[in-house]
Amino acid sequence: MTLSGALEVASCTDPGMVRSHNEDSIASDGDQGLVVLADGMGGYNAGEVASGMATTVIITELQQLLVKRLPYEIDAHSGQLVAHQLLHEQIAKANTSIYQAAQSQPQYAGMGTTLVVALFYDNKMTVAHIGDSRLYRLRGGELRQVTKDHSLLQEQIDSGVITPQQARQSQNKNLVTRALGIDPIVEAEIHDYDTKPEDIYLLCSDGLCDMVSDDDIGLALQTLSSNLKLCAQHLVQTANDNGGRDNISVILVRVLRDYPAPRSIVGKMMSWFK
Amino acid sequence: MAKLILSMDNLVLKEIALAKERTTIGRKPHNDIQIDNLAVSGEHAVIVTILQDSFLEDLGSTNGTVVNGQPIKKHFLQNSDIIELGKYKLRYVNEAVTGQAKAADFEKTMVLRPGPVRAATPSPAPPAAAVSPVAAPVAAAAAAGAKNFGDTVAGQSATAPPVAPPKPAPAPQKNAALQLLSGANAGKELDLTKPLTTLGKPGVQVAVITRRPQGFFITHVEGASFPVVNGKTLDAQAHSLNDHDVIELAGVKMEFFLKT
Repeated sequence: MTLSGALEVASCTDPGMVRSHNEDSIASDGDQGLVVLADGMGGYNAGEVASGMATTVIITELQQLLVKRLPYEIDAHSGQLVAHQLLHEQIAKANTSIYQAAQSQPQYAGMGTTLVVALFYDNKMTVAHIGDSRLYRLRGGELRQVTKDHSLLQEQIDSGVITPQQARQSQNKNLVTRALGIDPIVEAEIHDYDTKPEDIYLLCSDGLCDMVSDDDIGLALQTLSSNLKLCAQHLVQTANDNGGRDNISVILVRVLRDYPAPRSIVGKMMSWFK
Repeated sequence: MAKLILSMDNLVLKEIALAKERTTIGRKPHNDIQIDNLAVSGEHAVIVTILQDSFLEDLGSTNGTVVNGQPIKKHFLQNSDIIELGKYKLRYVNEAVTGQAKAADFEKTMVLRPGPVRAATPSPAPPAAAVSPVAAPVAAAAAAGAKNFGDTVAGQSATAPPVAPPKPAPAPQKNAALQLLSGANAGKELDLTKPLTTLGKPGVQVAVITRRPQGFFITHVEGASFPVVNGKTLDAQAHSLNDHDVIELAGVKMEFFLKT
């Protein structure tokens, strides 16, 4: 199945103004409707290794699987949506790879990574995330944060200890409560959302949202929507202008047209011959 | 670690580290910070510390708790806040904020592993897992994690050159505006107050002016033709604007100028 022409994807990643390494990792395949972003952590270059493993495993495995499996179908054995099943399986696989590398090689001990993946199909997207990398949506001029961080701050906000405004002043940033590769088993949070033409989706590491306010992110997406590449560069530049204390990664996805799944027999035949 | 500096009449009496999750303040002797003064209630207030953040809460004291001149019930303490209890003053100092280089270290993402870890976890788990065997409350486990993490950073700085703390971004000193020189709206002024201002006609030719700490820049956004500044056609790169530059875009001329 190919979505060619339905999505426009642009991305940018930068070490920022303070760090010498870029521990973020991004990958995308617009034709398969697949975008992946990971923010690694761990000493030396272990953070890069963890985030690199996560994006590579997930994108290459899913690229192959999506040739045979249709994400909008229900799996006969599990009764699950294929999209969910594929994401569950491949995230588990990436988790195991990172965890085992961390266990077997001392220089990688304790490494891990956050993850946010979006898979677009049938006028929908399935989003899976772990940790504090985020997905935002711009629709009708309004920016909304779609994912909810797995972080200490988010838990404090949920339990009413602090307000979202106070959270921006907190010294307890970057403490995630879930990460890929830290434990033998990890549970990703997976949800489905309807998409509409003209929507813009932003996947980003905390290096962007810690340095740039949601208002400024929204303004940039709205103002520069006609040039997605420039918009991605502008967001990274703004984070750097504000201090760039962490690695900054952004992936932007714009929905150009509807992309319904071919339902009829004829439609399916057509899609086979493409 | 954050601390409090207790003083009266500008005379420093003592320093108290906020090492515990709960630090109580009051007149009675069982308090962590005892202030033997009749204006202070027996159990006056408590400071709850969660890793790097501290929250001050008044415990229904008779005379109340004042922070920076404002009476509070509950307050998220910020570096150099002044807490007043009767004649006494407590200054809150958070070193994670004051020590710049340190703050940068702490910004590295870490995993917080709540609660005890299952005994089934394979044993030879290096730093991160060394924390786990103890069935510790969340905050304690995280604090230990932070310590281990600090070790990793120390090891790293031995090989990697230390990085300079980021300079605070200077705000653009001046405001700027555009004055239209031709077209239907000739003579009109447009203030460039937003971080991004777009110019031109969507679908035909659009450019954006970005307001950055270094000054103002113009960048081509869409359309077949590029903006012209002082008679020279720009490329796809951002172009720094100077006072009295003349921009031509979608058939309209305009002058960029700095406001005093």
